[in-house]
Amino acid sequence: MVQLTLPKNSKIKPTGKHFPAPAGASKVRTFKIYRYDPDSGENPRWDTYDVDTAQCGPMVLDILIHIKNTVDPTLTFRRSCREGICGSCAMNIDGRNALACIQGHEECSGAKVSISPLPHMPVVKDLVPDLTLFYAQYASVEPWLHTETPEPQKEWKQSPQDREKLDGLYECILCACCSTSCPSYWWNQEKYLGPAALLHAYRWIIDSRDEATGERLDELEDPFKLYRCHTIMNCTQVCPKGLNPAKAIAEIKKMLVERVV
Amino acid sequence: MSYRTPLSQARGLGSAKHGVGHWLSERVAAIALVPLVLWGAYSVILLARMDYYEAASWIAEPLNATLMILTIFVATTHMISGVRVVIEDYVYSNLSKAAALLLNLFIGWLAGALAIFSILKVALGGA
Repeated sequence: MVQLTLPKNSKIKPTGKHFPAPAGASKVRTFKIYRYDPDSGENPRWDTYDVDTAQCGPMVLDILIHIKNTVDPTLTFRRSCREGICGSCAMNIDGRNALACIQGHEECSGAKVSISPLPHMPVVKDLVPDLTLFYAQYASVEPWLHTETPEPQKEWKQSPQDREKLDGLYECILCACCSTSCPSYWWNQEKYLGPAALLHAYRWIIDSRDEATGERLDELEDPFKLYRCHTIMNCTQVCPKGLNPAKAIAEIKKMLVERVV
Repeated sequence: MSYRTPLSQARGLGSAKHGVGHWLSERVAAIALVPLVLWGAYSVILLARMDYYEAASWIAEPLNATLMILTIFVATTHMISGVRVVIEDYVYSNLSKAAALLLNLFIGWLAGALAIFSILKVALGGA
């Protein structure tokens, strides 16, 4: 059966550390952060940090960097571009998957803002999830142009209308917010490709220059790889780039129907 | 510990190359059930006002009997295929999954066949 409780070694201990705000802090907000250190052999815990938000920038990533620099250097998280284009700092903030760098902490409604790694993925350390399978699923849809026609002298041509079909798809940065928010992906991630990989699959299916549309559809027509999508729409709700993976998946399903009807 | 590469894990056993039939038939059944269930609700209200002999002769009408059987048949297929998806979602081990899928099929059709037989008995046997 589906595992609805966490395994014994992943259960969160109630005894986390508390880091009080420095004296003279003016705008204090409490952040509850998931901590897990595989080397300690201990279960994960929630640490709480009272942060003087007057001392740091407006985004959740600014808070995390402030904590790491001035309060607790052991806090581990991924970040790179700090402007929503690399996808490194995807995490669950205030109960919702988001990019820490473009999520303002004032947009979070909770009295204590909880920050934990992306849900239902193996945790490497603190806020760093293991996304190996997620990336492999992306690779499995062969996200590159497939052609048999000899390569033209210059570029493969595409009309502006056909190019427009890639809008809303090519912008995906593979941050994994969508896939890890999807209950179907939680329960069946070994077999279901998940919204991100399927959005990218559709990006190549709909590309007018690609010559392997049928083969791509063949590879997706599977009760698990594609049809575990039950239109829950969490993917579309959380996408920090405002994309619509659920629609891309629905388009794939429509094309499969078009093939048989 | 597994030394299989991530890509090998992601590809798994490959595509089953079916699924659109199941997806489509579930939706077709859902569309068919809209008028059938509306008619069913209307019939139940109608039947509740009749005595036993009136009800039996109402069921014996060819159109009524046929629509009743269709409602049961389409609802049964729709239920079985819907529950199948739920089982595939939540039951992992091969043995319990096989058992659950068989039970779903057997219990679903036992109920469906019983209902269809009962309708036929009243419709063909008279009151």
